[in-house]
Amino acid sequence: MSKQIDIEDLNIYYGDFLAVEGISMHIEPRSVTAFIGPSGCGKSTVLRTLNRMHEVIPGAYTQGKVLMDGQDIYAPGVDPVNVRREVGMVFQRANPFPTMSIKENVLAGVRLNNRRLSKSDADDLAERALRGANLWNEVKDRLNLPGSGLSGGQQQRLCIARAIAVQPEVLLMDEPCSALDPISTLAIEDLINELKDEYTVVIVTHNMQQAARVSNRTAFFNIAGTGKPGKLIEFNDTNQIFSNPDKEETQNYVSGRFG
Amino acid sequence: MATTAPEKTPPASQPKAVVRVGDAVFSTATLAAGILILLILAGVALFLLFQSWPVLKAQATDPESITGGGFFAYVWPLIIGTLVSAFIALLVATPFSLGIALFTTHMAPRKLAPVLGYTIDLLAAIPSVVYGLWGLMLASHLVPIYAWLATYFGWIPIFAPTEDGGISQTGRTMLTASLVLAIMILPIITSLIREVFLQTPRLQEEAALALGATRWEMIRMAVLPFGTSGIASAIMLGLGRALGETMAVAMILSSGLLTASLVQAGNQTIASEIAQNFPEAAGLRLSELISIGLVLFIITLIVNMAARAIVAKTSVKGS
Repeated sequence: MSKQIDIEDLNIYYGDFLAVEGISMHIEPRSVTAFIGPSGCGKSTVLRTLNRMHEVIPGAYTQGKVLMDGQDIYAPGVDPVNVRREVGMVFQRANPFPTMSIKENVLAGVRLNNRRLSKSDADDLAERALRGANLWNEVKDRLNLPGSGLSGGQQQRLCIARAIAVQPEVLLMDEPCSALDPISTLAIEDLINELKDEYTVVIVTHNMQQAARVSNRTAFFNIAGTGKPGKLIEFNDTNQIFSNPDKEETQNYVSGRFG
Repeated sequence: MATTAPEKTPPASQPKAVVRVGDAVFSTATLAAGILILLILAGVALFLLFQSWPVLKAQATDPESITGGGFFAYVWPLIIGTLVSAFIALLVATPFSLGIALFTTHMAPRKLAPVLGYTIDLLAAIPSVVYGLWGLMLASHLVPIYAWLATYFGWIPIFAPTEDGGISQTGRTMLTASLVLAIMILPIITSLIREVFLQTPRLQEEAALALGATRWEMIRMAVLPFGTSGIASAIMLGLGRALGETMAVAMILSSGLLTASLVQAGNQTIASEIAQNFPEAAGLRLSELISIGLVLFIITLIVNMAARAIVAKTSVKGS
């Protein structure tokens, strides 16, 4: 489980506005890829095209191709619902379903896939997903309590458990630690390290140390100015991006000499 | 803490707290408004109690002098009529309201949704007299349907014809009145539910969609659970409106004795009973009408308290 992703000449529009222009990149399976760049550069937008979530915004559309193991997810006839079942997503703020228990939260996606789970299967699956998200030991005694009772970091790991419970091919993370304290952040980063053995992970982050810590490859996005489209400036091994980038723009950004 | 905080010595004479004129005026005004509400409520309750007193006294001394031969014998059928009509109205209006609210917030094309929203709000602006006129016209068209119901479902008491097989030939029945009531309370329920649905956190909707939920599954996972308490309170407010609605029922319903059948003439609601009899009432009869007004007041009070209780119980915590 885990697919490679090829983005070919991707343009992303919001109505008439060209938000992101000319993205092409190849993402290896079983790796962590970080998207970095200033606010508004389109990195989250690109991430959201990988599971067709940007279409939720009215008027948004794309040109170009996004291939998962060679299959274009934007080909006519492809149902975005099926794409999203293969590509899990974790959001900036933890969003467990408030009316569901911890266990039901984990199983929410599985239940959607119309599988009728026996009780023991459900228990096993919930345990496996929660262990996979390093949360099992903390919640095993209160699986039937609401997920909203957990701490912020635990809630975020619950959301990761929910995402991996459906055994996706790819896991997208949109600034998953931006609302968390350093200790919870560390827990999530450790988790990302483990997740890459099984999944293709793509993470958007504002925190460059985080990108350096967790990712194998890093993509730097930038924007020429307000109203201009965001572009992929450089996509390289993470070590190289942070030590010896090809482009001066990248060097300026990662060293803090911005603009 | 090793650092020493700047020492706070209470000044020898407390300086007077600054009072800003604007704040003082504003807080007095809001306090007055709050007290006024309580006074009005208490005033209404006292008026009803005081004016109903002769009936309660007559009940104790000479029950035969009360219409129907006793206060409870008189008010009982009216309570049933009121509750039944309001209940049927809710039963019909709620699914439609939910559907319309979901459609306008989550399903409709973006250009159509606001138009539909305005149309629903316009329904609320139609005076109830007009609904009454329209209901009268509607009534005669419903007769064939009632006849059909009585023929095939007459074994169910609510659709039973009279002993000689007849039903209301004017269609001015409890069912017609309830259906018109349903249309009258539809807009208020719909627009309240719509407001609730519009406030569904985007993050929750996206959480469901990102798991691969279809639109309906997203609504079931994120929108409906979030809106439960709002839906409950919207329904309760609709119920309150249906209980107290007077004009349309008074015009449509060919009132009479309590009967289980909804397709015959008969039954009556409290509000309609008051409106129809008030102009000619005097003396004890007037007190009777006021006393059933008191009963209606208590019923709506209970409904509202129940609504509060339900909202408090079902409101979503967290998020």
